Amino acid sequence: MTTPNSPATDGIAAAIAAHRATPGPLLPILHTIQDAMGYVPPEAIPMIAQALNLSRAEVHGVVTFYHHFRQHPGGRHTVRLCRAEACQARGSETLIAHARAELGCDFHGTTADGAISLEPVFCLGHCASGPAMMIDDEPHAAVTPARFDSLIQPLRANPTEE
Amino acid sequence: MTATVFVPRDSTALALGAEAVARAIAAETERRGLPLRIVRNGSRGLFWLEPLVEVATPGGRLAYGPVSAADIPGLFDAGFLSGGDHALSLGPTEEIPYLKNQQRLTFARVGRTDPLSLDDYLAHDGYRGLRRALDWNGQRIVAEVTDSGLRGRGGAAFPTGIKWQTVLEARSDRKYVVCNADEGDSGTFSDRMIMEGDPFLLIEGMTIAGLAVGATHGFIYVRSEYPQAYRVLVQALDVAEARGYLGNNLFGSGKGFHLAVRKAAGAYICGEETALLESLEGKRGIVRAKPPLPATQGLFNQPTVVNNVISLASIPVILDRGSSFYRDYGCGRSRGSLAFQLAGNIRYGGLVEKAFGATLRELLYDFGGGSASGRPIRAVQVGGPLGAYLSEAEFDTPLDYEAFAAAGAMLGHGGIVAFDDTVDMSRQARFAMEFCTIESCGKCTPCRIGSIRGMEIIDRIGAGGDGPAQVALLRDLCDVMQAGSLCAMGGLTPSPVLSALDRFPEDFGPKQRVPS
Repeated sequence: MTTPNSPATDGIAAAIAAHRATPGPLLPILHTIQDAMGYVPPEAIPMIAQALNLSRAEVHGVVTFYHHFRQHPGGRHTVRLCRAEACQARGSETLIAHARAELGCDFHGTTADGAISLEPVFCLGHCASGPAMMIDDEPHAAVTPARFDSLIQPLRANPTEE
Repeated sequence: MTATVFVPRDSTALALGAEAVARAIAAETERRGLPLRIVRNGSRGLFWLEPLVEVATPGGRLAYGPVSAADIPGLFDAGFLSGGDHALSLGPTEEIPYLKNQQRLTFARVGRTDPLSLDDYLAHDGYRGLRRALDWNGQRIVAEVTDSGLRGRGGAAFPTGIKWQTVLEARSDRKYVVCNADEGDSGTFSDRMIMEGDPFLLIEGMTIAGLAVGATHGFIYVRSEYPQAYRVLVQALDVAEARGYLGNNLFGSGKGFHLAVRKAAGAYICGEETALLESLEGKRGIVRAKPPLPATQGLFNQPTVVNNVISLASIPVILDRGSSFYRDYGCGRSRGSLAFQLAGNIRYGGLVEKAFGATLRELLYDFGGGSASGRPIRAVQVGGPLGAYLSEAEFDTPLDYEAFAAAGAMLGHGGIVAFDDTVDMSRQARFAMEFCTIESCGKCTPCRIGSIRGMEIIDRIGAGGDGPAQVALLRDLCDVMQAGSLCAMGGLTPSPVLSALDRFPEDFGPKQRVPS
């Protein structure tokens, strides 16, 4: 458990302060926290609830409703593979099977070395050029299994990189 | 003379290596000591040619593509900066038939300009619509939009002018304009192309909407899967504010409009307008019962215009050129143009803006060139994951809202996803149900539970035994979902399922067929 006034709670407090005056501040606060910390830690829930005059259940409900928000730390990188129809029509199922085998984890899982979390995504908007994927914020299209391997390899090889 | 080279920063172009191409051009320019200006434009939407690099020449812009970083030294050797011939030469960009045969009204500027240059926007007819709107009262603007025949481009095709009229007539001190930029449907990318390739167009359209209905505040709700669109919009808003194109006093008119961008968080259902409003308010994206309509009680319970990106981006040309200019394109009750998106297993995928009335076959074959795999196109899903699958027998259906409805399909936003003959339609039907189980907001039972039962039934059909009874049960379930769901998520999930069942019944049975 994080102690009061730890760097984590300071970051959460700053995120709350940055957005509490904007209309509908909850999603902007959660985005800011996750962008900084990689997930929304449990200690954020009561802090946000108190600041916005919501119940903890309401905040928890929002965090868990949206696929984008994580409640636990993920890998150093997030790889999102498109599962939607246009990419299916271009062979995404083969790519997904390859990615699972190569990374040794399923969707919503993280590789054993902590390098990569694998997430499904329904459409990245590259529907004429699939299969598509995103590594953190970086888009990639026309991804073959071989290209997947070449994109993934540097992320795993150097754990101190970033 | 300083040459000008265009390298797209559209995210599909980036996904195909445009950043490396831009860096290689800059490095080669440096090495050769040449003066060069690199403009990061939007995409022309000819995605099989991306990264598509253009050079400005006295005779117009010339295109090269698809270019990889490794091609750059060779292009310089061939003198491409002055239009030199090369194996990747495509000739004058605007003469490429795929582009030349389109009617680009909404996408007139995309790919031609620097998306973040307001001066470029102004030099290419930008803000002419808003200048006209500033001289008119709200009712006259709404009448112009109504008269254009514009219908909602997000999929539902509701007349935009009628929606605006309702908000105009609603009495409130505070009204909102909300742009639905939660483009979650597979096979669609036109919203993204506008946001990344011509963001001031969307800002201008929303500002006009605000003037029309008396709203002073707007929000753009962008999906988190589009980080590049989000970044471009944030920058464009800063530019517009700094130059007085947003704020309290537009061009000294005393009229104001304020705009903010909000990032969604990966929930498909938030593309449904009431779930989107809940999300903007900071809640779970749970669908609201209608009425009340958002037009009377929308964001924070105030009268709200909720329009899709393309609807709003179509407004400036209507105001600038007049409603009759826009209305003269199209057929029947489908007026103007639609930005069709050719996607999936298609040889020449991309954006095709055409007046309503062409046929699906023309798009798939004349523009699309058939499948990418070279195999026959067997099924086409039009209108997103909730749209029907069509078979070859329906390829001559005219692309117009009513003709598609009559064929038991939905034209929607014009997203077209092609599948070749290796597709297993029972798997596509199962996927439609599975997608609904993942993305249902959970408020109503037919959607939340019906989709799970639907997956199970399709699995039983695939396992064999009792087939006719299971198919009858699936149809009954679809009927319940269609009639009993609160919104289009549960109500339209049966469309892909039933259309697959009706048009490809041979795929529903004990699994023997092995996709080749």
